[in-house]
Amino acid sequence: MEGQELPYVLINCIGGVHGVYEDHVGFLQKHFHLVTMKEYLENKTFLSKKIRAIYMWYHKPVVNKELLQSLPNLRIVASSGVGIDHLDLNLLSSFGVKVSNTPFIVSTDTADLGMALMLASSRRLVEGHEMAVSPDTEYFPADWLGAEVSGATLGIVGMGTIGYKVAERAKGFEMKILYHNRSQRKKEEESAVGAVYCKKIDDLLQQSDFVLLTVNLTPQTHKLIGKRELELMKPTATLINISRGLVVDQDALVEALQNKVIKAAALDVTYPEPLPRDHPLLKLKNVIITPHIGSATKKTRRIMMEEMTESIQAGLAGLPIPHEVLP
Amino acid sequence: MFMSKAFSLLKPIPLMSGQSNLAYKFIHQLVASHGHRCHRSLIYKQRYRTYPCSAGRRTISAETKVMAKEELPGVLILDIGGTQGVLENLATLLRKHFHLITMKEFLENKEEMSKKIQSVFVFECRPTIDRELLESLPNLKVIGNSGVGVDHLDLKMISSFGVKVTNTPHAVADPTADIGMALMLASARRLVEGCQIAVSPDTKHFAVDWLGVEVTRATLGIIGMGSIGYKVAQRARAFNMRILYHNRNRRKEEEEAVGAHYCEKMEDLLQQSDFVMLVVNLTPETRKLIGKKELGLMKPTATLINISRGAVIDQDALVEALQNKVIRAAALDVTYPEPLPRDHPLLKLNNVIITPHIGTATVQAIHMMAEEAIANILAVLNGQPIPSEVFPK
Repeated sequence: MEGQELPYVLINCIGGVHGVYEDHVGFLQKHFHLVTMKEYLENKTFLSKKIRAIYMWYHKPVVNKELLQSLPNLRIVASSGVGIDHLDLNLLSSFGVKVSNTPFIVSTDTADLGMALMLASSRRLVEGHEMAVSPDTEYFPADWLGAEVSGATLGIVGMGTIGYKVAERAKGFEMKILYHNRSQRKKEEESAVGAVYCKKIDDLLQQSDFVLLTVNLTPQTHKLIGKRELELMKPTATLINISRGLVVDQDALVEALQNKVIKAAALDVTYPEPLPRDHPLLKLKNVIITPHIGSATKKTRRIMMEEMTESIQAGLAGLPIPHEVLP
Repeated sequence: MFMSKAFSLLKPIPLMSGQSNLAYKFIHQLVASHGHRCHRSLIYKQRYRTYPCSAGRRTISAETKVMAKEELPGVLILDIGGTQGVLENLATLLRKHFHLITMKEFLENKEEMSKKIQSVFVFECRPTIDRELLESLPNLKVIGNSGVGVDHLDLKMISSFGVKVTNTPHAVADPTADIGMALMLASARRLVEGCQIAVSPDTKHFAVDWLGVEVTRATLGIIGMGSIGYKVAQRARAFNMRILYHNRNRRKEEEEAVGAHYCEKMEDLLQQSDFVMLVVNLTPETRKLIGKKELGLMKPTATLINISRGAVIDQDALVEALQNKVIRAAALDVTYPEPLPRDHPLLKLNNVIITPHIGTATVQAIHMMAEEAIANILAVLNGQPIPSEVFPK
């Protein structure tokens, strides 16, 4: 558009541990005039009226009432990733601000990570690696064993896009697949992966060797897995969480792991992230934790950025917004 | 309580060319007449039945009826228990069919024991089978190996004594394929590094620019498409991977089943793959199959995964390639030797994951390997068709 200014879009910062990626900036600057939080705060009077969109990369910048009140021309907040539990949708809606996320692009990477955690936990991969490289290792003991994934029973709690992709992958390992979901999936979808619906989560918990959480975080799923649910699980079972830390009652989990109520846990998500350095979960031998890397691949993050750009452009043009999130 | 997994009889399992179909039939009824030292013949009925159980698990059970109490055939093992011996519960299983003689017992009473030993059960490559041992066991008929690799056995020498060798190809396939997938995923997503960050006392926040590489839709090159390689392909297909394979022979039927593309030239596979997985057996032809040239052909963004044998890779060339970023990373369940010397450069590289040869280290697999070895040993001793005999080239 000749002569027309690029829309002003607020970001947290560029680079560093929390910022927009340096190698994404080139693409973004073709479409937007990026304003960092620092620049905004230094020149509020001028910039506050110019900013029409917020590019929220990994939950930053934080959008609160104060910020919304000072950005009268804000039209849209584009949030990275699929989860929107960090956003107050009602608040945003009350200011007439639209919201978008990137729901589908994260699915395969997240499902892959769920499988990676299940395999790593079951076959004791992290422990094994530590043994293989430890200066104290003199031989590999013959009585050091893990448990098989192939042919075992996987219970998927939350069979949305990501849960279904996990089921597709687990099928390749000839796992028996159970799932619990708000609603039953279509018969063709079930039979394509050989998944059996468990209307009651208890049935799934009692029969599974691996319980994998792929729900979104809502008031209904908050502490979905607590003391009762952990006790329903087999003592030989493993809990895998690739959803949100708050879906699990973390204190109950610590107790269950300490008392061998369940065998092990593998968590890509905790509450908070990172955990305090003295948290008991960090010390338990039967836990592996990854630093919330469900969608952490170069390709996926690039596509996320491109989708967010598209959503912002549509939002500013008054067109239907791809991946709009409604309150 | 351990749960075992059955071999699925009813699924069409692709066969390696030349392998007898008998190998896949696990419902056996073996009628044995026993040893020249016994006065009465022993009838063993062995059934390996597979059936679904309520939780969907398939199980194997071996029912043994001993018709008369007589001497069981002697089987030599290194030891029971401890960190290098046959696991206690395997010894219990073996005792159902055999008179177990440990190396210690044998050496303490060679004259009496040597004639009793009709088989050696080799577990984790032990005991070592050398000429001296073979010469001292006049009634030895079979070496029953637990595991599929037999590179630790001198097949020609053993054969020259008229002794057969058997292995356990079926029990190893699933767990080894699983470890291959586990290593590929762990390496691609930097799982070990990630765990270290998550628990490190120095971690204050998780960096959002900390990234791995994709597995879904990436290209996997499988070198060696035997039973294990095929199972890897089945798993990789579920991740929508593009699958290339290089093998001594093309496997057309199996290709279609998993959507794999044959690369007659290994170079083509190396140049196109994001992940190269080695699933060959170790023979003079495959020793140092992957050397400097092959590593140089791989993409600089590629990962090498080894679940075959350490000696299939020129380890020094690998170290150099990893140090100079000729390839991105390696994930190794096997090295040469095992374990590596504690000052070996591979232990220090941060783009390497090493696991302590745990391809079959599951409760289920260890048990199934013993059952498979037992079935093979009994078949030899009873003059029955042998499910998994290994022949010298």
